[in-house]
Amino acid sequence: MNALVKEPAVIWTDVGAVTDIPRRGARRVPSPRGDIAVFRTGDGQVFALMDACPHKGGPLSQGIVHGAAVTCPLHGRVIDLATGEATGVDRGTGCAPVVPLEVRDGRLFLGLVGG
Amino acid sequence: MTASRERLVVIGNGMAGCRAVEDILKRDPDRYEITIFGAEPRVNYNRIMLSPVLAGEKSFDDIVINDAAWYAEHGITLHAGRAVTAINRELKVVEAEGGLSVGYDKLILATGSDPVRLPLPGADLKGVVTFRDLDDVDQMVAAADAGGAAVVIGGGLLGLEAAYGLARRGMKATVVHLMDVLMERQLDSAAGFLLTEALAERGVETVLSAQSEAILGEDGRVTGLKLQDGRILPCSILVMAVGIRPNTALAKACGLPVGRGVMVDDQMRTGDADIWAVGECAEHRGVAYGLVAPIWDMCRTLAAAITGDDAAAYEGSLLSTRLKVSGVDVFSAGAFAGGEGCEDIVFRDAGRGVYKRVVLQDGKVAGAVLFGDAADGGWYFDLMRQGADVRDIRETLIFGQAITEGLSGLDPSAAVAAMSDDQEVCGCNGVCKGQITTAITSQGLTTLDAVRGVTKASASCGSCTPLVEKLLKLTLGDDFQAQTGPAPMCKCTHHTHDLVRQAILAQELKSIPAVMQAMEWTTPEGCASCRPALNYYLVCAWPGEYQDDKQSRFINERVHANIQKDGTYSVVPRMWGGMTTPDELRAIADVADKFSIPAVKVTGGQRIDLLGVKKDDLPAVWADLNAAGMVSGHAYAKGLRTVKTCVGSDWCRFGTQDSTGLGMRLEKFMWGSWTPAKVKLGVSGCPRNCAEATCKDVGVICVDSGYEIHVAAPPACTSAGPRS
Repeated sequence: MNALVKEPAVIWTDVGAVTDIPRRGARRVPSPRGDIAVFRTGDGQVFALMDACPHKGGPLSQGIVHGAAVTCPLHGRVIDLATGEATGVDRGTGCAPVVPLEVRDGRLFLGLVGG
Repeated sequence: MTASRERLVVIGNGMAGCRAVEDILKRDPDRYEITIFGAEPRVNYNRIMLSPVLAGEKSFDDIVINDAAWYAEHGITLHAGRAVTAINRELKVVEAEGGLSVGYDKLILATGSDPVRLPLPGADLKGVVTFRDLDDVDQMVAAADAGGAAVVIGGGLLGLEAAYGLARRGMKATVVHLMDVLMERQLDSAAGFLLTEALAERGVETVLSAQSEAILGEDGRVTGLKLQDGRILPCSILVMAVGIRPNTALAKACGLPVGRGVMVDDQMRTGDADIWAVGECAEHRGVAYGLVAPIWDMCRTLAAAITGDDAAAYEGSLLSTRLKVSGVDVFSAGAFAGGEGCEDIVFRDAGRGVYKRVVLQDGKVAGAVLFGDAADGGWYFDLMRQGADVRDIRETLIFGQAITEGLSGLDPSAAVAAMSDDQEVCGCNGVCKGQITTAITSQGLTTLDAVRGVTKASASCGSCTPLVEKLLKLTLGDDFQAQTGPAPMCKCTHHTHDLVRQAILAQELKSIPAVMQAMEWTTPEGCASCRPALNYYLVCAWPGEYQDDKQSRFINERVHANIQKDGTYSVVPRMWGGMTTPDELRAIADVADKFSIPAVKVTGGQRIDLLGVKKDDLPAVWADLNAAGMVSGHAYAKGLRTVKTCVGSDWCRFGTQDSTGLGMRLEKFMWGSWTPAKVKLGVSGCPRNCAEATCKDVGVICVDSGYEIHVAAPPACTSAGPRS
């Protein structure tokens, strides 16, 4: 993992303005490695995860966002937006990979590994 | 040492006498100095088990109730083999054979009964016996050892048991019965017929409607029985089992009131305040009993009364009978002669040789006759004694307790207990019984929520919640406290849905944050469960004023399609009352082609489902469908979904009214309205109910004279959650 991050091949890609995502909402960004879900919480924080629930691959971008978590629309797994981990009773049952995300001048940049 | 104790004398060392003493000792072991007289030269034994002794299925030792040690242990003086000859009430003394006289303060008569001996010519021949005590049994066994034939006069309980016992011992046994049905006081003719057959299989022949005329003999010993029709039944032993007569000679001789038996009051007292009577020798309210159960009841009352409980009272007994013939299961209780207001429920299984009949009167069990499968006899008898109203269980009553109570849930844990560990409890999450019970015991879970948390059982649609609760109860026993009262909305609050809705109106709460603040939500923004609910409640409470919160709506409602397991969606255009047109179908086909929609299906609600639509295509799909005049079928909504109809009087030769038209009008009237859960309707044009209207939230069945309206019978799921 560290080895990958050290590679200079991370390409920061502008995917839109923070305000393009409603508070307590999400947007889906297609990528060569699969869809990425970008979330904006009620208090304005943003997060990015691979858009697949660790349970059955449900599109997390379509779920209801509450606090710093999203509930998967398929079976109701609650996923921590910061870590991608399933929470509560499902803790430890899997993880949606976190995608690097930076905000620069109100714009969202996803850190996509080159290729 | 014994001067202070009252002297109690019991005449009769049989079942009643000894049981009465046992019951007295239980209540007040030191009150009496007890003397028992027994005419038989042995300790107390269980007379009703003489039949198995005769049949060789038990030995005498097996049926001894109280051995010599018992008498010694309780300081009881037993005069066995000494018949009492007189009672002197003035001197309060009983006199026995051999000049023995014993004084009493209290006297109990438990003299039992004597078998009736028919006054037939030859009745005094050797080999003519009754079936009452061990001596009779010994004579029968001796005769059986010599082989040959036996005749039993009397096709009642005792006679049949005697005949069966003799057959078991290798004799050719024949029962001669005066009536045309065996055990006619306990059985009806159907059960009597089956009994006759069952006995024949066991080597007991039956001669019914037979009047005995004379007992034949040679050299002072019985050789046969002659019937009035001239038939002669040869035998080397003849048993008379034609009934019993209460033994009242002593009571009569000392001037006590005697009817059929020694008359007693409800405390089992005779006409003399210090003399009591119990068992077969007693007559209570005009009835002299010959079965054991009422004798136990009498003994209990007598023991209470004689040890100072003035409130004790015997009020008579209902009778039930079981035949003690191996492999022949017969039970009878109560009245079955029928009569006004009586109804019969009858079950027969020819293959198994089962006949059951339960007689009802005024909604209660009045009697029961069971043949071949008498396992539920006790249950019917209980229902009878309790006078229980059985109208509600009438349908299954005849199938017995297990089925009836299994269905009505009287013993709800039985079915759960019977489940195997690998049986699935929660079908949504695939959780088996064993996983749940293991989690409960290994992690000390005590609540439904904890079980849901750990195992996920009942955490989805919730329809298995009762089952999980029963498992908790079964596993924890009394430690389990079922959640009482209405459940809170979700884990973010302690308040119920109702309370929150009331507060929204009363406190004029007009936004989700306002509700959460006022109602002290425990989470900052609620969860995926409470937010959609609050959004709905606020829309309902403040229409036009409240701003719908799209982020608190489930994805389906936002995109007007149903999310599927692969993240694609299904689209269902509305078809009013299930009616469509070629144009609509063409438009749907065009959309399916244009967007490469992989699956097209007819739904249960009489619409067409387009499955596998990519989310990005949804706006264009809906644009095309809208252009063709179609709107959403709201297949995802907490609102009106479908109104299913049949073609009704427009086309159907049976239709009584225009069910299609009514369904369309209902759908157009109600569509777009929001409800707390999904709502489905159905309209059938006649009682054939092709639209399955009776399993809808509201179902209409058109009949010639109007409409039948059925409410609240949705088919399956208890949840209107994000299933569809």
